Amino acid sequence: MHFADARLAAVWEKVQTARRLTRDDGLLLFETEDLLGLGRMADHVKTAREGDRVYFVLNRYISPTNVCVLSCAFCGFARKKGEAGAFEYTVEDIIGMVSQEVREVHIVGGHHPDWPFEYYERIIGGLHAARPNVQIKAFTAAEIDYFWRRWKIEPREALARLKAAGLQTMPGGGAEIFSSRLAKQLRYAGKADGDRWCEIHGIAHSLGIHTNATMLYGHVETHAERVDHLLKLREQQDRSGGFLTFIALPYQVGATRLVPRSTPPADNLRTIAAARLLLDNFPHVEAYWVLLGEDTASVALHFGADDVNGTLEDERVQHMAGAETPAGLAREQLFRIIRDANKVPVERDALYNVIQVWDREGALA
Amino acid sequence: MIETIRDKALAGKRLDRAEGRWLLDEAPLLELGALAAEARYARYPEKVVTFVIDSNPNYTNVCITDCQFCAFYRKPGDPEAYTLTVEEVLGKIEFAASKGATTVLLQGGHNPALPLDYYTTIVRETRQRFPEVTPHFFTASEIRTVAQVEKLTVGDILDRLYEAGQRTLPGGGAEVLSERVRRRIEPKKGGPDTWLEVHREAHRRGFKSTATMMYGHVEQTDDLLDHLDAVRGLQDTHGGFTAFVPWSFKPNNTLLAKWIKHPKGPNMYLRMLAVSRLYLDNFPHIQASWFSEGKRTGQIALHFGADDWGGTLLEENVHKAADYVNTIGVDEIVTLIREAGFTPAQRTTEYEILKRY
Repeated sequence: MHFADARLAAVWEKVQTARRLTRDDGLLLFETEDLLGLGRMADHVKTAREGDRVYFVLNRYISPTNVCVLSCAFCGFARKKGEAGAFEYTVEDIIGMVSQEVREVHIVGGHHPDWPFEYYERIIGGLHAARPNVQIKAFTAAEIDYFWRRWKIEPREALARLKAAGLQTMPGGGAEIFSSRLAKQLRYAGKADGDRWCEIHGIAHSLGIHTNATMLYGHVETHAERVDHLLKLREQQDRSGGFLTFIALPYQVGATRLVPRSTPPADNLRTIAAARLLLDNFPHVEAYWVLLGEDTASVALHFGADDVNGTLEDERVQHMAGAETPAGLAREQLFRIIRDANKVPVERDALYNVIQVWDREGALA
Repeated sequence: MIETIRDKALAGKRLDRAEGRWLLDEAPLLELGALAAEARYARYPEKVVTFVIDSNPNYTNVCITDCQFCAFYRKPGDPEAYTLTVEEVLGKIEFAASKGATTVLLQGGHNPALPLDYYTTIVRETRQRFPEVTPHFFTASEIRTVAQVEKLTVGDILDRLYEAGQRTLPGGGAEVLSERVRRRIEPKKGGPDTWLEVHREAHRRGFKSTATMMYGHVEQTDDLLDHLDAVRGLQDTHGGFTAFVPWSFKPNNTLLAKWIKHPKGPNMYLRMLAVSRLYLDNFPHIQASWFSEGKRTGQIALHFGADDWGGTLLEENVHKAADYVNTIGVDEIVTLIREAGFTPAQRTTEYEILKRY
């Protein structure tokens, strides 16, 4: 392989012989101008693992509440109790949002000042009873940590009780970027820090709960902070082994405006590719199309990503669009993203069990 | 295969049709892109990406050609049909000039009611009133239409436009230069030669022009290769093409929408651009079309062999008719090119650099 940046040849040597990349290698991946050289190495790793398969899952995101005691600088979602736009859903509301077609439901919310832990248990238990075929992925490590801070329920107990109620996997949110400098600057110091976040995922893994991992980037972090974040995830995976997928979350400027513009697509492709190369012990790396845009997500399938997630957006809007079912419409859209990259769409469940392998080609009608 | 192609491309040897086919159908996308970028840097070692301040007004939407891919045209007598007067057209050019445009790409339907004088007056008046604007007017099929209306040759029309002050032609209306495709989607527009002849005659007279390609409908790989072979062959003769500009077909509100629901996506676009850079070895510039493919894909395309960002398109109506709208200002172009890792430079219609940012 010829690289525009000759320094990548040494990394390529390691990648081909499955040797672990170092912190310096990681820094090079974020600094090189040879975006396609980086992408080709990541594509090599992805293809060796998964061939041309690209996974998707029909899932539904639900936030039980946006009421939150924290004031993270990057968050445009949280509200204080009683503030305009604050919402608090009942268990029945939440069940009503999940149609039978959905394979997985993803539940994360604010750190509510008053809701007792038992309420969260009831959400999981109630949803599981009403929708037994829907797998529940719920509560970030930050929320699990908050149950300890607020109600003195140890993470191990909280996770064991939630698992007993029907929780199947844990999402990877709340990691933000592991940096005490940024935790102070961006006011997320009141949240589980990197050690605590990893500790909680380790506990989940020990209880047989698979989890995901994320990194919030594209704001005021440095490349070194990104690399250190990824290496910390890699160390945790070595210890506990229960991470399924890594999801790079580009910061969305919105109302919070930590930076004037969202990070450009080349940086998103770079981050996905670098993650694929550094996280040699993670089974999957996702291109989350909701944040990347369909176009960049589709291109990212050549930069090491093997999954596009697959969120169903507002189902009422999709129902209004025509006779197609929401799941049918979501599938069509996901097929376009995957097939444009000439990959094979594979529908999965929350645990990456294969539900159906679709054709690479397909009528796009 | 990629190694053979790399050796040839970097040694300045021409790629053959079998190699073009492999690049279009089979080459791993990023291998292809990296090689196209290598070829781009061999030609332009500096990481500079050019753009033009331009506008694309339309003097008429009246058209008798009924192309299946077009959402813009109206038949003569249709309540939504319009034809601008010369002064109205000049008003649009004045607007573009007031916004700093150096290029106005004026094109329209095939309206048999318009005489040659209409076209030459617009060119002459533009040159006179707005000397900073290059009149980049009238695609091949419009010139052919005027020739038919006036019972003159294409060469005669080009001579008259040249006398009036025109020096460049836009490359639209090529679609896919393949007999089969053109018969299917634009039977009244004629085969590839109708487009090629106008550009050949134009280049012979000292005009510069661009070549475009609209893919993503009924074409197959052989049709794309026919297109690339045709423009590469013509370029060998006179060297009059400045740039190649591919874009994806937008189906909304067109007759083809019955069969084709969605445009081709970014991966096919990046592939087309990269293949163009490698296969069209005699084309100076390859343009990334932020407008038709989206700004994100436009930025990524700069890593796949493109060296030009296209223009501001202060006014645009043809894609808009297919419900496809995208706008940009100079500040945003500069930001997007910089974000992608390149130095932005404003250029003229003929790709001379006016200003580096």
